[in-house]
This record gives sequence, structure tokens and C-alpha cells, in this order.
Amino acid sequence: MRENRIASEVVSMEIEELYQEVILDHSRRPRNFGELPDAAVRVRGDNPACGDEIHLAVKFDPGGGLEDIKFTGRGCAISQASASLMTMKLKGKSRAEVIEMLRAFHDLVTEEISEAPKTLGDLRVMQGVRKFPQRVKCAMLPWRAVEQALEQRAGEATVSTEPD
Amino acid sequence: MHKLATETVDWAAIREDFPILRERAHGHPLIYFDSAATSQKPRVVIEALRNFYEHDNANVHRGLHTLSSRATEAYEKARQRVADYIGAANANEIIFTRGTTESINLVAQAWGGKFIREGDVILLTVMEHHSNLVPWQLLAERTGARLRFVPVRDDGTLELDELPSLLTPDVKLFALTHISNSLGTINPVAELCEKAHAVGALTLVDSAQSAGHMPIDVRELGCDFLAFSGHKMCGPTGIGALYGRAAILDSMSPWHGGGEMIVSVALEKSTFKKAPHRFEAGTPNIAGAIGLAAAIDYIEGIGRPAIFEHDSQLARYAAERLTELPGTRVFGPNEERGALVGFVMDAAHPHDLTTFADQYGLAMRGGHHCNQPLMRRFGVSGTTRASFYFYNTMEEIDRMIEILHRALRFFS
Repeated sequence: MRENRIASEVVSMEIEELYQEVILDHSRRPRNFGELPDAAVRVRGDNPACGDEIHLAVKFDPGGGLEDIKFTGRGCAISQASASLMTMKLKGKSRAEVIEMLRAFHDLVTEEISEAPKTLGDLRVMQGVRKFPQRVKCAMLPWRAVEQALEQRAGEATVSTEPD
Repeated sequence: MHKLATETVDWAAIREDFPILRERAHGHPLIYFDSAATSQKPRVVIEALRNFYEHDNANVHRGLHTLSSRATEAYEKARQRVADYIGAANANEIIFTRGTTESINLVAQAWGGKFIREGDVILLTVMEHHSNLVPWQLLAERTGARLRFVPVRDDGTLELDELPSLLTPDVKLFALTHISNSLGTINPVAELCEKAHAVGALTLVDSAQSAGHMPIDVRELGCDFLAFSGHKMCGPTGIGALYGRAAILDSMSPWHGGGEMIVSVALEKSTFKKAPHRFEAGTPNIAGAIGLAAAIDYIEGIGRPAIFEHDSQLARYAAERLTELPGTRVFGPNEERGALVGFVMDAAHPHDLTTFADQYGLAMRGGHHCNQPLMRRFGVSGTTRASFYFYNTMEEIDRMIEILHRALRFFS
């Protein structure tokens, strides 16, 4: 628990920013974690650098938006929290909104932007990842999977954080 | 804090030979626990490289001028140094390569390409590094050979009870690691080489994790090939060696074609030098070989028996102390282990743990360590690995445990 952390135990600003309480909470109790039996698309996202994987299942509404989205898999706190926060944010969003969110999130974790776009909401807690370039792939893993799901529209696919 | 038994060596003075150990990371003194990935370099090795480039640099085996003679002499002396270091009968049994990976690929292509036929079996183990797995997969795809694997027990040792059914006369090569880079297991290679020879198989030992840490004698091990990297034993990156028994090397076809490896070249056909030059096409890593020889001199100055004792004590001490941490699982055998310990903590994923530890100046590695099949066998996607060398101390391990306690509080 965070209360256990006494003042002398503050690790560093960077670490405190990376592992914000919201992130640790989502990594311990990921939301939308589980199977989606009537999914239209299933995407497996791999991070070959660490062997982590995420299985994303998506159900589209008639307009092509994300009616439901769930995930399973295992990974570090960053990828698990990122997936959890992402599914909460994207559920019920239109295709265009998802694409816009994907772009904004990528910028959030990779670029020096002074103020994160308000549309990202809770996802803004992931901003600390920027200071840890090796961890950007962890944060992006579920997003790579959702990007593939949009392209796929139906069936199964695999996507990797490493280019082919 | 325990004291090390190897009191005859002044380990504190040895630390001073490594300039990089004075570095700080995130404001803390560096604790370098990633020597299984690459070791740090003593000043004498850095100076050997500098000295070569400042005084002797020229290409080898082709110039008649003074510098070329000096470079050639130093390069071939380095080959002899490597041969002596691993007990090879002759310097011609040493091929310089970029490292363990290239050494194994050389055998897979130049030996395997010539002698392996459809239906032949290459015997490996489940604990092999990808570098002693993928080259054989590629060979099997090309030739129709089959791969077989010695399983690994829960305690991290090889399941040798199954060996009789695996090591059959259709096995042409048994390739295995000396020390597991994830578990620290030290395999009984001498015994296994003997068993392999009894069914007519050749043997290859991946010595990447052992060459810099313990005495190695290829004739005592009885192996036909031995592969290792310079950079894991105080040498520069990009240099390593393949030992091959002379009769076998001479039976093998070239793998890379080019300068240095030919006797004569006509437009349609060429004839080739004998080993080792047959397998060293193009300008070799001359400075690297000289740096490796300097690293060997340095290691021999300390003595490999003392290094082995020092490193295994560190590893055993680390493994023992890690069990203090609640929800921590330590991999590998308890009694005898190489200079590393792999573990997982329920509270934090290896990547979160290594990111956290780095904030305290502690360099460890998290991930699958190029051991994906082994990770799967143990039901994990990766581990955190602390790996040691003779410049590490018991105090650094105590500090690691302190940092891991903090991580435990932070993540749980």
C-alpha cells in the first residue's frame, strides 16, 4: 500500500511519476480483464524484448465503433495498466475517436509536450513513461493490438512491438 | 556480512583496475550485476587496444612492412594465448570469430552443412541460449535433420535419466551449454561428452558463461568444439573464438569466402588455406584479438580457481539472501552454481523491478535472457537476473537485497 511509503523512501521523481498510484492500482486489479466470447476480432500483441503478451478481444458496433473490448495476458505494471486504462477509455468510442486517441496517446508517451490533451482523461497518468524510453513499448503494446484490430475488422491476428 | 574464503587475492585492489566501477547511476554508486550479459573491462585491456592502434596498427598476413609484421605477430600470438588458455593442443585449432554466436553458426554451416543429412539428429538441451538453438533450427530446416532436447528438472539441472533414450546412434552432434545463463546450472560436460562419443556423436560446448569464470581444458572436457566470447571475460566486444579439434576443422568446408582464406584464386575456382585461416575471410578483428589476449593475461594473473570460488560464493550468498524476500522464487540449483542468480518476485514484473533497481544504481537484467523455451518450461515470461564477476562484493549483494525490500514495499 502507498501509505507504507514513508518520506525517506521516495525513490525519485521519475519513478514516482512512472508508477503513479493509478497505474499500480490498474496493474494489480486490471479492468476489462477477461474473455469476450462473441468477439469479432482477437489480436495477440507480443513484446519480444521481454516475452510479454496481451490478448485483446474486440466487438464492433454496427457503425464500426468499439462496442466492447477486453484483454487477457501477462506483463509488467506498465503494459497491464496501459491495457486496463485503454479498454476503459475506448469502450463505446467510434472508429475515428479511437484513431485520434491512439495518435494522442503515442505522442503522450513519446514526445515532449507541455500539456497532455484533456481528451485523454485518465490516460494522462501514463505520461511518466516518456522519461523511460525502454518502457515505451510496454505502454504501447495494447495500443498496437487495438490498431491491428481496427485494420483487421474480423478474425485473428498477431502484432508485435518489433518491426518485421 | 560473510567474508569470502578466497583471502589470498586482494579483491578490493582488483576493483581499482576497472575505471567504469567508479561511475554513478541516478546519483548512486554503480552496482554492476549484469556481467553475464557483458563484463566490464580492466584498464590493461583498454590500454592494449589503445597501444595497438597507436603503435602497431596495420593489416595482418599481407604487408611486408614493419607494422604489418608487428600486427601479424601480435594477432597470431593472441591465437596461441587463447589456445593455451583453454588447453588446445595447437593454435591452429583456434578460429577467431565475433563471439559465441558466430562460433556456433560457423559449426552449423561449415560442419553441419557438409556432414548433416536428412534424418540425422542434433541433440540439444531445453536450457540452451537462443544462439545454441536457432543455428540448429536453421540447419534442420535446410537438411531435414531433427532436433532433440534433454529436459530440465525443477531444480534447474538436466534430466539425465532420459539421456539413454535421447542419445542414440542417429545423434551426430550433442551441443550444450557449460553454464546456463539463466539458471546458473553447471552441466557435467566432461561426462556428457564421453557419453556422446560412445554413440559416435561429436560435441559442442557453449562456454560463453564459463570461459571467464573457471578453468577450462578442452582435452579434459573431451569436447570437439568449444565456443566463447571475449566480451564476457574482460575482453572487447566483437571478438570470440571457436575451438575445433584439428582433424575435424580440416575436414570442414569454408563458410565465408573472401581474402585471407585462400591459397589461390582463379576466376572460376579457388583453393583454400587450412584451418584456422580457412574460416577467417576478410580482415579480422585484429585489435579485438589482441585485447582478448590482454584480458586472458589479466584473468590468469588473478587465477581462475580463485575467480570461480569468489564468483560462486557471491552467487550462493545472493541466492540464499533472496529467499528472505517474501513471494520470491529463485531458479537454479542450490549447491553448485555459476556466477549468477535468476529470480521472480510476485510483487513486481522483472521489467518493473529492473527499472526500479536502476534508480538506485543497481544494474540487473530483466526478461527472457534469450532463453524463451526455458522460461516457458518454468512457466514464466521472464526473470530478473543478477550476475556477478570477481569485481563484485558481498556488500553489493547486501545492498541489492535492501533495494529489493524497497521494491517489495513500493509495488505491493
